[in-house]
Amino acid sequence: MRDRGIIVGGLILFLGLITFPVWYNVTAGSTAKGPEPKRPEQEKTCVAPVGYMRTSHMDLLMDWRDEVVRRHNRKFTAYDGKSYTIGLTQTCMKCHTSKADFCDRCHNYAGVAPTCWDCHIDPKLVQRSTG
Amino acid sequence: MSMDRRRFLGVAGLSALAIAAQSSLAALARGRQGAGAAEAPAATRWAMVIDPKQCLKDEGCTDCMAACDKAHNVPHFPESAHEVKWIWKEHFDKAFPEQGSLYTAEAFRDRPILVLCNHCDNPPCVRVCPTKATWKREDGVVMMDWHRCIGCKYCIVSCPYGSRSFNFFDPRPRIKELSPDFPTRTIGVVEKCNFCEERLAKGQRPACVEACREKALVFGNLYDPASEVRELLRTRYTIRRKPELGTNPEIYYLV
Repeated sequence: MRDRGIIVGGLILFLGLITFPVWYNVTAGSTAKGPEPKRPEQEKTCVAPVGYMRTSHMDLLMDWRDEVVRRHNRKFTAYDGKSYTIGLTQTCMKCHTSKADFCDRCHNYAGVAPTCWDCHIDPKLVQRSTG
Repeated sequence: MSMDRRRFLGVAGLSALAIAAQSSLAALARGRQGAGAAEAPAATRWAMVIDPKQCLKDEGCTDCMAACDKAHNVPHFPESAHEVKWIWKEHFDKAFPEQGSLYTAEAFRDRPILVLCNHCDNPPCVRVCPTKATWKREDGVVMMDWHRCIGCKYCIVSCPYGSRSFNFFDPRPRIKELSPDFPTRTIGVVEKCNFCEERLAKGQRPACVEACREKALVFGNLYDPASEVRELLRTRYTIRRKPELGTNPEIYYLV
């Protein structure tokens, strides 16, 4: 049993190495952290309750798309009776002004890449290219 | 009460006849109502009248095209094979191949004629689209749903006017000035003139019509007898591009 020191030392080193990601996240404090999308400061209500928007905003956007493109309807009456013009860049982005600070934060966290922005234009992109 | 066989059969036959008559009458009544509802005429049919004489006053003018490019983020590719066209100038003999003889053509040879999607009443592109990404709206606009286009290019082949273009490359870097209110397209999607559907929804006229200084483009409702287009069609002689194909184009050219 002359090798005990080496064996135990090796085992400790091995355990330390394979649990490194856990320690890394614990020390960085990022394990319990969810995505932190930046909420709009001015407006307090969205076109649907927050819970619904959080889980099903993609369904709402698909409905909006079909309403405008297929049924030529550009008016949306919200759950609280308020009326909105249907539009991703024209309505959503009026309050949620930054794609990077709002959309991307959750999408990156969840590892999803929606194709909306292949065509629809991030208003910030235009400001940067002209300003 | 006793009933012999002959009488029983008679009563049964009459009852069956009465039941059949009732249900078929009801079906007829429903059918008439249904037909009436379907026949309710649409209130609008958008169309355009182009006056080439006015348009050719300044042959170098590109105001309408510039307005369209800006409104719809139309990209510009240097190679003609990759061109994306919504409204553009075509040589007279290409725009109207069946018009003009050897000698009449002299007056128009190499003169540019303004062309765009004809928003046909009987659009062949709609018939061939396998995904229903393009269709004719009730008001006559031949619409496209870019979300649904799979880029098969059938519509490009079927359109006799060359009004449809394919994005062989990413169009974004080729757009001079991005307007955030209208989406760009993406690689692998077909695009064409949408008759400024997004402006019509707001009660505005198409961007090209508004941009023309010579008032060479007139836009209006064909179903309204008092509209400017109807007035022109009533008082002036007009031709359409390749009407013999039966597509029923709704862009008229004043002679």
